[in-house]
Amino acid sequence: MSQEHLAVYEVFVRSARGLDHKHVGSLHAESPEHALMYARDCYIRRSEGVSIWVVESKNITASQEEDTENFVDPMDDKPYRHATHYVLPDSVNNM
Amino acid sequence: MQSVDSAAEQAEFDRKIAEEQKIEPTDWMPDDYRKNLIRQMSQHAHSEVIGMQPEGNWITRAPTLRRKAVLLAKVQDEAGHGLYLYSATETLGISRSELIDALQTGKAKYASIFNYPTLSWADVGAIGWLVDGAAIVNQISLQRTSYGPYSRAMIRICKEESFHQRQGYEIMYALAKGTPEQKQMAQDAMNRFWWPSLMMFGPHDSESAHSGRSMKWKIKRQSNDDLRQKFIDQTVPQIEVLGLEMPDPEIKWNEERGHYDSGEINWEEFYQVINGSGPCNHQRIKHHKAAHDNGEWVREAVRAYRAKQNQKAAESAA
Ligand SMILES: [Fe+2]
Ligand SMILES: [Fe+2]
Repeated sequence: MSQEHLAVYEVFVRSARGLDHKHVGSLHAESPEHALMYARDCYIRRSEGVSIWVVESKNITASQEEDTENFVDPMDDKPYRHATHYVLPDSVNNM
Repeated sequence: MQSVDSAAEQAEFDRKIAEEQKIEPTDWMPDDYRKNLIRQMSQHAHSEVIGMQPEGNWITRAPTLRRKAVLLAKVQDEAGHGLYLYSATETLGISRSELIDALQTGKAKYASIFNYPTLSWADVGAIGWLVDGAAIVNQISLQRTSYGPYSRAMIRICKEESFHQRQGYEIMYALAKGTPEQKQMAQDAMNRFWWPSLMMFGPHDSESAHSGRSMKWKIKRQSNDDLRQKFIDQTVPQIEVLGLEMPDPEIKWNEERGHYDSGEINWEEFYQVINGSGPCNHQRIKHHKAAHDNGEWVREAVRAYRAKQNQKAAESAA
């Protein structure tokens, strides 16, 4: 069986307790359980992590970077949502 | 008697806590740790949501379009904070509907300060400055809490809080430097919100029912009284800059302690308000129920859409 017929899994690793899982790469596998083992063998061989998530790539719904402008509005026209917008006397400016 | 397994699990849990490691949702944890977290985190989530009401009261009456836009953005942030915290609480194995039910039936509490009315525009300034200010002191400390999802929610929330306090202070500053009437409005708002803000940190350490265990488990990292002192110390100089009278005549710098001394809180009022007899308790829950019920059609539409999608998927698979 060729690799192309195996599902692609995305691998996320938590490097230390308390931190978010971070995407580290992907791999092919025949089942989620195997994906987890392959991820262990491939991605955390030097104690890079304490926990792994694998998610079949097709199950990820993603926004498209080309659409970012239409999809995500950073609302730059609303500067008052940032702390720096407020001018306070120097002596209390550490607020 | 504990089984060998659970004794080993307990030891492992204790080790993680002692070594400043975070506890993550799939880890074993003692039942009481879980219950304590659900109580504290849901109370925190409810506070974010109920806290939208006193400020929301002034959105349509803000004095300028800019003030209105700022207040809208702030209240919108608080809704988001509620969502982060409900989601983090759900990782402990409790559902959103159970959490909402506990709030509406009075089984769960929220910060008692939101049971006070907002009588004038200056109250919006006092809330941003004092109430968000007190919340930030607490939340900065909670960034180091031992439960991973709670800690990460706090880090996210603290980033967004940055403008809340500053916009409040800006309102107070404008009023305090305005006409005598405006200055009086600022003084009155601060006087009313000062004591309830101090109460936000909870009972004295010696009286606090949950504090000891929460500190032992590192859910809480600093005691109620320490956090309250920190808030007083940072706020008194801010009152001086506004040129307002101190809201408590006993506030005085104590050289020896290196802190401000202050008067005693009216704890009878605190317990009355937390137990349901504050000026707005009834109104807050009534409004929450009405808003929740009015939103039922949205939840129904979402469920109908999901059912339709599932049916379509089943048909195309057949
Ligand atoms: Fe908030
Ligand atoms: Fe806030």
